[in-house]
Amino acid sequence: MALKLTDYRTSVFVDWCPGCGNFGILSAVQMALVDLQLPGSKVVIFSGIGCAGKLPHFVNAYGIHTLHGRTLPFAIGAKLANPELEVVAVGGDGDGLGIGVGHFVNAGRRNLDMTYLIHDNGVYGLTKGQASPTLRLGLRTKSLPKPNINEGVNPIALALAAGYTFIARSYAYDVRHLKETIKKAIQHRGMALVTIQQPCPTYNDINTKEWYGGEDRVDPATGKPLPRLYKLEETGYDGIVHKPEEPFPKIIAALTKAEEWGDKIPIGVFYQNELVPTYQERISQRIPTYIENPPARQPISDKKGKPTTSIRRMLEELKVTG
Amino acid sequence: MIRDEFVWMAGGAQGSGVDSAANIFARACCYGGLHVYGKREYHSNIKGLHSYFHVRVSSREVGADVDRVDLLCAFDAESVVRHVWEVAPGGGIICDAEVLAVKIFDIPTWPRPFIEELTKTLDEKAIRPETVGDLLNEVRKNNVRIYAVPYMTLLRDIAEEIGEEKLSKLTRMINVITLGASFGLVDYDKKYVEKAIRMIFGEKPKIISINILALSKAYNYAQRKFGDFGFKLETVPTDERRIFLTGVEAVALGKLAGGCRVQTYYPITPAADESEYLEENELFEVEQSAVKQVGGHIVVMQTEDEIAAINMASGAALTGTRAATSTSGPGFSLMVEGLGWAGNNEVPVVVSYYQRGAPSTGLPTRHGQSDLRFALHASHGEFPRIILCSGDIEECFYDAAQAFNYAERYQTPVVHLIDKALANSNKSYRMFNPGLVKIERGQLLTGADVKDKEYKRFEFTESGISPRLPIGTPSAIFWNTGDEHDEFGHIAEEPMTRTRMVEKRMRKLETANKEIPVQERVNFFGDPDASATIVSWGSPKGAVLEAMERLRQEGYKMSFLQVRVPHPLPKEYIAEVLGKAKKKVAVEGNYSAQLAGIIREETGIAMDYFVLKWNGRPMSSDEVYDALKLIMQEKAPKRQVLTHGT
Repeated sequence: MALKLTDYRTSVFVDWCPGCGNFGILSAVQMALVDLQLPGSKVVIFSGIGCAGKLPHFVNAYGIHTLHGRTLPFAIGAKLANPELEVVAVGGDGDGLGIGVGHFVNAGRRNLDMTYLIHDNGVYGLTKGQASPTLRLGLRTKSLPKPNINEGVNPIALALAAGYTFIARSYAYDVRHLKETIKKAIQHRGMALVTIQQPCPTYNDINTKEWYGGEDRVDPATGKPLPRLYKLEETGYDGIVHKPEEPFPKIIAALTKAEEWGDKIPIGVFYQNELVPTYQERISQRIPTYIENPPARQPISDKKGKPTTSIRRMLEELKVTG
Repeated sequence: MIRDEFVWMAGGAQGSGVDSAANIFARACCYGGLHVYGKREYHSNIKGLHSYFHVRVSSREVGADVDRVDLLCAFDAESVVRHVWEVAPGGGIICDAEVLAVKIFDIPTWPRPFIEELTKTLDEKAIRPETVGDLLNEVRKNNVRIYAVPYMTLLRDIAEEIGEEKLSKLTRMINVITLGASFGLVDYDKKYVEKAIRMIFGEKPKIISINILALSKAYNYAQRKFGDFGFKLETVPTDERRIFLTGVEAVALGKLAGGCRVQTYYPITPAADESEYLEENELFEVEQSAVKQVGGHIVVMQTEDEIAAINMASGAALTGTRAATSTSGPGFSLMVEGLGWAGNNEVPVVVSYYQRGAPSTGLPTRHGQSDLRFALHASHGEFPRIILCSGDIEECFYDAAQAFNYAERYQTPVVHLIDKALANSNKSYRMFNPGLVKIERGQLLTGADVKDKEYKRFEFTESGISPRLPIGTPSAIFWNTGDEHDEFGHIAEEPMTRTRMVEKRMRKLETANKEIPVQERVNFFGDPDASATIVSWGSPKGAVLEAMERLRQEGYKMSFLQVRVPHPLPKEYIAEVLGKAKKKVAVEGNYSAQLAGIIREETGIAMDYFVLKWNGRPMSSDEVYDALKLIMQEKAPKRQVLTHGT
């Protein structure tokens, strides 16, 4: 029987603030799973700490709500042990680009076949609105005592430098675009990042829904707002690497696009390169049976508890007499 | 010199082949049927600073280092000056003929505290040697023989013989020159040494042949030039199957046998060797399993930091895989939050914790045993954990496997405490018996067990243990969170749920305490009606046992309670033993007698005497013997601090 949207819902009350961008992200995640017909027992959603961290509790799939900034290590460990799992990691911008940024970078280097969604709202919501790593220099969102003294980090540029092989941006209130982007990320063979622009109606009074929608600037010709977001795919931009000689120019193009901010903010796939071997493929080079017989599937003992591992060869190597 | 025992030592700059010399020496002795215990000391440095290796050789099994050296091989001047006083009367020093003229205080690598100590020593002895040669003349008076070998001349001869123009290429063989001279002096059967050289240099035939040539040059030189050393190292032919290994190798093998399939680590001394050994042996054979043809493997992942290491291991453990990480004190400090998460979510993750000199970076390459309290209390809040302490290299093997059984049976993190002395020492043992390793997975469910049922990952049960399901199991779903949670794993802050969930988790410790037999948690040695009882844990075991045996032969009856599982502590048993003990003696490698404190906390029983050491060096059986003897003679202060070691 086909899986329906309701199959991915739980009975847990969704306790985000009214109007929170997380609602859109939650819907998009659930809809993507429906479209891909991935049973919840095959999917594991890992999350960090913060408002975004609660997401797994609202999805009827294995949900592992981990520590602040540590989403990726947990997710990587599970994927490594059981590559059959569909692993999706989620977390906020503070979680992934502040306290967890070391893991963010190193996950790119490894290129495991998994997906990472960053809810990017520019603030630390759950601790009441401090500046997050993506908040730009000089901005003063409403709970900041003083304007932000740090420059904001650009997650797309950072991901390009770190080696992510799928890098996209979407928008929490464009659920359809977000759903399609998440699907592409899940289907991508390698480490996929989707950073999601997400208004925080409670603490970010600058990058609001109205701001993204351009309601502060009206087109004199039509009398309608000029939205800040535009879709890369509608501009003829192609970030996909098809040939071995393409990564460098495509990275440069993606970097150029990643620098756009303010009046024009691109969403869509910035970069994708499936020519890079995944971590699983790299391990398989050394361990040919890794995929067919991964750690989680290996029988380690017989019914009586006798180990299956033979360490005879190693003991022979250490042998000195007899 | 003791007749059935010989202590050989090599000292030199790091990178000059001290380790390989010691390895060859030890193996050559093992091949001849002798027993060996090797102790390695090195600086936190790549090349240039001093390191040394003691190799204690005996016809019987030995489990500790001693203070005495019978034959010192000094690769350089520094090694002569540092160790000259350790050589026992009747012993000898092999050194380079060229270092005799080196002025002692001109040696560039002296740290200031060493110069102060050396000056003090020379003042005490009322001697004023200017050169290394002068110093050696002083020790000659102690009946120590000096064997000045012209290292470079011998190397030049070799270079000529093999047609090598660059002498610098051969200076790496100074270590083998000293080996050859050593074995020549003790007239040991050269074929075993050649076998060891072949083993150490593996598949490098050219290097093997040059080293064997160097060996025999120096061997013959020593025999011709120096004649009788007064001690012949005899082989003891044996049919017994023996292995020779380090603590890190033992832990790695225990993990493999115990079914570990994912190991994560961030490089740190002295733990990293274990992960590297595992990676070298990532593919292995399997027996009696459906995938016999396919074989088995372990995935070893080097992480970006120790935070990632423990959390990745937990992520892997959630899939039902036996997963572990391996670290030392600074790394464990970073793992603390992850340990709490695993405790809260009842994840069976295993941490192999190699203690070293601490706090902070401390003594990165030196011994320490001061992290028991930390392992016991690490992370905020209260949750069960099990701590397992190995006392020797063999225990490292069986405990590394057992750690997973405890972790899975009680669904809780297990910290396997090891220390630098165990990690880097090597020892000959009778072949380990992997048949003694048993795998117990606890209440681990499969999809069939939960089909069409509502699965509660954290179900309230009498034992506190909730049957566990790996993530990814079809037809079930559950949640985990670092927050307090309900039985399904969803966030819950209700007071009643909180009260019950904490109790449920903590009950597992009581269950473990009831189920794990006392024999698995302590070892008791010696006489039940002894006049003193020693309490210790970890690597002092070998030194304590040897010291006790020597004292027994002198008529002092002692017993020894070795605590292997300090948490949950078998307190009734310990209270019973210590309640009857006449003198209670804590022997520990730390300042505050951490185990003694825990025992007092749990049983109310205080120790009468403390023998403690924290100078970064393992306990030698001699110094433990001396300290215990004073106690037995009623001459000891309450607290004795051991300071031996260079």
